[in-house]
Parts: sequence; C-alpha cells; structure tokens
Amino acid sequence: MAKGFVCIQVERCKGCGFCVEFCPTRVLALSSAFNSKGYHPPHVVNGEKCSGCDLCGIYCPDFAIFGWKARASEGAAHAG
Amino acid sequence: MTAVVETPVINPVEPFLRMDRMPHIWCPGCGIGTTVNCFARALIESKADPEKLAVVSGIGCTGRVAGYLHVDSFHTTHGRAIPFATGLKLANPSLQVVVYSGDGDLFAIGGNHLIHAARRNIDLKVICVNNFIYAMTGGQTAPTTPEPATTTTAPYGSYEPAFNLPYLTESAGATYVARWTTYHVRQLTRSIVEMLQKKGFCLIEVLSPCPTLYQRRNRLGDALETMKYYKERSKTRHGAPTSEVGLTMQGDIVVGKFVDRDRPDYLESMRRRLAEQLGDKFAGVGVLA
Amino acid sequence: MQANPKGVLTGTHFLDGDQACCEGALAAGARFAAGYPITPSTEIVERFAWRIPTVGGMFIQMEDELAASIAILGAVWGGAKAFTVTSGPGFSLMMEHIGYAAMTETPCVFVDVQRGGPSTGLPTLPAQGDMMQARWGSHGDYEIIALCPNSPQECFDVTIRAFNLAEEFRVPVMLMMDECVGHMTEKVVIPRAEEIEIYPRRHTARGPGEYWPYETNGDLVPEMAHAGEGYRFHITGLTHDERGYPAMNAAAQDRLVRRLKNKIRAAADRLALYEEEATEDAEVVVVSYGITSRVAQRAVEMARQRGIRVGKFRLVAAWPFPAARLRELAQRVKVFVVPELNCGQMVLEVERAAAGMARIIPVTHAGGDVHRPETILEAIVEAAR
Ligand SMILES: Cc1ncc(C[n+]2csc(CCOP(=O)(O)OP(=O)(O)O)c2C)c(N)n1
Ligand code: SF4
Ligand code: SF4
Ligand code: SF4
Repeated sequence: MAKGFVCIQVERCKGCGFCVEFCPTRVLALSSAFNSKGYHPPHVVNGEKCSGCDLCGIYCPDFAIFGWKARASEGAAHAG
Repeated sequence: MTAVVETPVINPVEPFLRMDRMPHIWCPGCGIGTTVNCFARALIESKADPEKLAVVSGIGCTGRVAGYLHVDSFHTTHGRAIPFATGLKLANPSLQVVVYSGDGDLFAIGGNHLIHAARRNIDLKVICVNNFIYAMTGGQTAPTTPEPATTTTAPYGSYEPAFNLPYLTESAGATYVARWTTYHVRQLTRSIVEMLQKKGFCLIEVLSPCPTLYQRRNRLGDALETMKYYKERSKTRHGAPTSEVGLTMQGDIVVGKFVDRDRPDYLESMRRRLAEQLGDKFAGVGVLA
Repeated sequence: MQANPKGVLTGTHFLDGDQACCEGALAAGARFAAGYPITPSTEIVERFAWRIPTVGGMFIQMEDELAASIAILGAVWGGAKAFTVTSGPGFSLMMEHIGYAAMTETPCVFVDVQRGGPSTGLPTLPAQGDMMQARWGSHGDYEIIALCPNSPQECFDVTIRAFNLAEEFRVPVMLMMDECVGHMTEKVVIPRAEEIEIYPRRHTARGPGEYWPYETNGDLVPEMAHAGEGYRFHITGLTHDERGYPAMNAAAQDRLVRRLKNKIRAAADRLALYEEEATEDAEVVVVSYGITSRVAQRAVEMARQRGIRVGKFRLVAAWPFPAARLRELAQRVKVFVVPELNCGQMVLEVERAAAGMARIIPVTHAGGDVHRPETILEAIVEAAR
C-alpha cells in the first residue's frame, strides 16, 4: 500500500523532467504521450513506492505536479 | 471497505499564485518557476500573512515573478525594485517587503541601490535569481557572467571578471546572506523561511538554469543537466567567508548560509536618533497623515 | 477634506520660494519625501528633513535621483502622500519614473527648481529650460500637469494645488519653479488648516474580491488601494488591463493610453490655469510665466505709460496649456510677445494656439539671468508698430 500519492496536471507540464529525476523512489517517468502543447508529461510508473514526499511538487517550475501523504484511514488507490 | 482518498483539491501553492495568469511565460526547464515554488512553500511554512506581504520586482524574466504571486505585487522599472521597495517599506513598516529580481536587475543597473539599501539596513528580503545572463533581452552579458562564457554581446567569450554576489552584499552591510541553487529546493525553502523571520537587509542568491539562452549558447546541455551539475558540484559550507565563494564557469559551487548577524535596521536607527534629539517633540515616523 | 493642522504653519512668514514650497507640501499632507541634493532645490528637502520629525513622517536622502523618484512611488502605494525635489540634471534622471508614475497612475509631485542647462550648465543661476522636458521627457504618450509659480506665496499655494491635482487625476504633477523664485524671499501668509482644502486619495470603497486596480466604472480615473490592505493587487509599468495584468496587444494599449491622456484632456479647460490682465482691448499680449512674468509685468507697465494697448497673460499651469483661451485671444490680438528663460519653448505652444491668426514675437534668453524689462519692452514696442 502506497504511503502517498501524486497528482499530475498534465496540461500545465512543460516536460523538463525535474520531477522524474529527483523523485527519491523513482515513481515517475516521462510518458511517450504528448500534452496539447506538445510536451511529454510524467506519468506514474511505480505508484506503490510513492511516499508522498512532494519533492516532485517543489521542483516543478510549472506547478504541474504535487504529492501528498496518505492518512492512516486512506487505502491504496491509484495515483492520478 | 471503501478506500477514501482525501485528495487535496489543489496544489498547495495555488493560493499564493495568480492562477488566472497561468501558464506563466517562462520556458520549459527555466529555474525561475522552481524558485517561486520554493517561495510559495516558504510562505506556507512560515505562516506568513499573504495580506501583509508585498513583492516588488524589477524588469527581466525574473522580474515577472511579482505578477504571478497572489499578494500585493509591483512590477517596477529595470534596476529600481529596491528603491521602490524602500519607499513602500518605510511608508508601511508593518508590511513584509520582498524584492524578487534577476542578477542583472539587482547588481548591474540596480547595483548602487542594492549596496545602499544594505548599508542603511532597510528591512527588505531580497531573492536574486542568478542565471548568469540577461535573459529577458535575449542573452547578453551580465555582471555575473563567468569567464569565458559566451553571450550575444560577448560572442568570443566574456573576459570581464564576474561579481561575487554574497561577498559584495555582505561588504555593503547585509544581515543575512545565503546561496542555493534550484537543485536545493528544501534548503532554499528553509532559507527563505529563515530570512522572512530576520529583520534588516537580507539576500538569498539562487543559481538557476536559463536553458534557452545561457546553457544552450554555451553548450552546457539542458535544464536537467544543469540541475545535475548543481547537484554534483555544490558544496554546502555554512558560514564560509564570502570572499571565498566566487563562482567559475562550471566549477564548484559553494552554497549555504554565509552571513547571519544582527544590527539595528534603518527605521530603528531613525526612530532612536530622532527621539533622542527631539524628545517629546518627536512626532514619529508614520507617514499616514 | 480639510488640511491636517499638524503640518500647517499658520501665520505670516518671510520665506523663500523653496521654503514656501516645503510648507505647501506639509500643509497638503505630504509626509514622505525622498531626494538627492542639487542646487538650487536642496533647501526644500533640507527644510522638510528639519520639520518632518515634529510633524510625523520622514525624509530619506537616496543614493541618486532614480532612487528618489521611485522611492516616493513606493511610499504612495504604501499609503503616503509623497514628493521629490530636484533640478535639471536630476530631473533628467527622473524621467523614467515620471513615465512609470503616469502609467501606473501613482499620484505624486515632482518639484523642479530650474537652473541653466544643458548638462551641469549654471547650477546657481535661473532658467526655464525644462518646460518641454516636463511635458515630454519620458518616453511614450502620456499627460501630466505642470504648474509654475512666480512668488514664494504662490510656491506655497500652488504646491498644495499640485498635490490636490495629483490625487484628483492620479498623475505625476510637476512643480516648475526656477532659481529666482526658489531663492527670493517675500511675505508668505499661511492660512489656518480649516481654510485649506485637500483632495483626499481616491481610495476604493469596495472590498477585496470586488476590486480591480484599473477598473474605471465609467469615470476616467480609477480608484486606489494600498499594499497591506488585503486587496492583493498587481501593479505594472507594462501595458495592462483593468485588472492590472499585463496585456500585450494594440487594443489594450489603445484603451489604456487614450484613457491616460483623456483623463487630463477632458479636464483641460479647468486645469489650464492662467491670469489675464488688460487683455480686453489689447493689441499686444505678453505671455509669460514664473520669474519672467515678474519682469514682464514691469515691461508691460512701461509700455502702457507709452500708450501701447498691451495686456498680460500669465501661465500658472504650463501643462495642460491654455490653448483654447489663447486661440480666442488670437482672434483679436495682433501680436503675442513671449519672453522666457530659454531659447523658445512655450512660445511654440502659443504659436500653435494662435494658428496663424496673430503674430508671435519670442523674446528668448539662454538663462543665467533674467531679462531686462527694456528687452521685453522693445519687443512690445516693435509689436505695436
Ligand atoms: C532602463 C532599461 N534598460 C534596459 C532594459 C532592457 N532590459 C530588460 S530586462 C534586462 C536584463 C534582465 O536581466 P536580469 O536582471 O539578469 O534578469 P533575467 O531576465 O535574466 O531574469 C534588460 C537589460 C529596460 N527594460 N530598462
Ligand atoms: S511525492 Fe515524492 S515519492 Fe511521490 S512521486 Fe513525488 S517525489 Fe516521488
Ligand atoms: S517537473 Fe513539472 S514541468 Fe517538469 S516534467 Fe515534471 S511535471 Fe512536467
Ligand atoms: S529565457 Fe531563460 S530565464 Fe527567461 S524564461 Fe527562458 S529559460 Fe527562463
């Protein structure tokens, strides 16, 4: 069960890759798909490993991603 | 049992940003957005009242920061953010006044204002985004451009010595001086929180990629490669003598908090002097008639 | 609104024009001044620095005029009434911020005690060579108001007027003094505070959330808010929309620039202050302002003794220029004689207003001294021939 979640606002992303590179647990990868502006946004490849540390959120220059920690009551869910 | 996921509805930084102005103008991988992200998080952490905080920017890519922050914000003229902020702060001392601008704006055209504000110890919190170049105007030489980087106005490479910003700022009298890079997001955020709690003239230099103009022209790779360079070559040395923290092109980067000292700020000195001299006749420095 | 008695030095005084200007600013409610020393204007801020701690407020000597001219704008957005004071070389440095004040609609006063130029010129001697610079010195299209007192008493009165107009129209107002008026000592009567009318800041009555900084609601002048009041507004020198947000297109530019101009133009008749004397049957009218108007007065008296039908027209406001009234006069006046301490600046406006209906005789002077009354008289005599 993941300890945290990450939310990606695909349309805001400019594909810099900071979030992918600096996620401590390698949760993310740049997807091969394009957003409407032609950038490759990240997607979750290892959702289980997300700690919700929000480092991706702090790095993102475009405010396109953020993570949060699961509460005890929260069960596993997909990171969307 | 149904799993309940309490998704925060929005990115925590959104209340501090003018979301109606997004997307911002900065290029993919531009570090300015990362610094703004850290700034917004520092506001959250420090529980600063956004209604009592004003951000003043000069002109440049970094100068656009003021316009994206959801606080009272002033996009002034090139180089003059500090004197504008000085007037604003003195008129309303209860405001937390942050100056957010580029290295050219603050240290070239605005350099004289910066050293005098530091000398007077005006209570201003300065964030200087150093991308080693004049970005807004297309990549000309800045006072921070390291030898022998090329710029559009130094096509054969720069041969001017660059300013060491922390050294200059400390010498002029600042009470708090630190340097981080956009790689050091947590440290930068903490440093901003700390600076917001200080009184007097404070400055944080943040090295930041300008992939479009500086890195590309100098074949230094993209923004991500720059971030990796920051990660690999930065050495944290709190309290390092600022005379030793000068930067070279792609060399080691000393980061950390270099100066943290206290001395009376401008208003305090003014009040004390006038009260001493005028006694009961002193009517105070409040300007709201 | 009436003046705050704290700043009003009620009584009869002997003051020079610089000191009277300072008292006018205090009476008008100015509580923040920033400046950089320059002859012959420094006395204004020297007095302010001496007076303000007992009135409540502050003076800061900045590192240069660029700093002084924008520190006052910061202070205004912090809630103060503020001004700066300079002379020629400093006025040149302030130009970018006159434009910034016009663009951001920041009410403020710039005092220029004119001396001989160009460049360092004649630091201690008079001129009126900055009149066009006051109007056109910053880049782009904008309007300002410029007033030109001719006595210490008027330095007091007109300074108050300058602050009031700055607030009413949210424009930078230039107070165009000259070295002679600045350094001449005369009786100045300062009335009681309740006799001094003050135009209050156009502060919005709307609450945060229902306010945009450049929404005009049918008026040409928007309402203001100050930093720290919870409005979280944005101000920029870029072309902007009603929200204060940058708007980089020709339509937004057209809307904004035309409003900035129209708010002054629409009130031009009321703003174009002047004084007329014996113009009803005049065939010659002397148009002058500032110290030159006092020399012209003497010349006009001398001409009248010779039986010449000469009238006097004195500009109290140089900008907006009273073109409409001068055009009316041009229909029956034969000649306008225009003495000024420059090589011909406001005379161009007189010429434009007269539109060929009356002859124009400029009486130029490069500055450093005032005209001899006889020189102006000669021009009047020639005009009447
Ligand atoms: C008085 C004036 N001179 C020149 C300019 C043009 N200009 C705009 S931004 C800039 C340099 C910006 O460089 P920096 O402060 O380092 O900011 P960056 O764009 O790199 O973030 C210049 C020269 C101007 N706007 N105003
Ligand atoms: S919240 Fe932390 S662990 Fe989760 S994706 Fe972001 S950086 Fe990785
Ligand atoms: S850091 Fe932000 S902009 Fe960069 S790839 Fe990740 S989501 Fe996209
Ligand atoms: S030009 Fe450089 S500094 Fe400006 S937005 Fe682009 S990357 Fe950022």
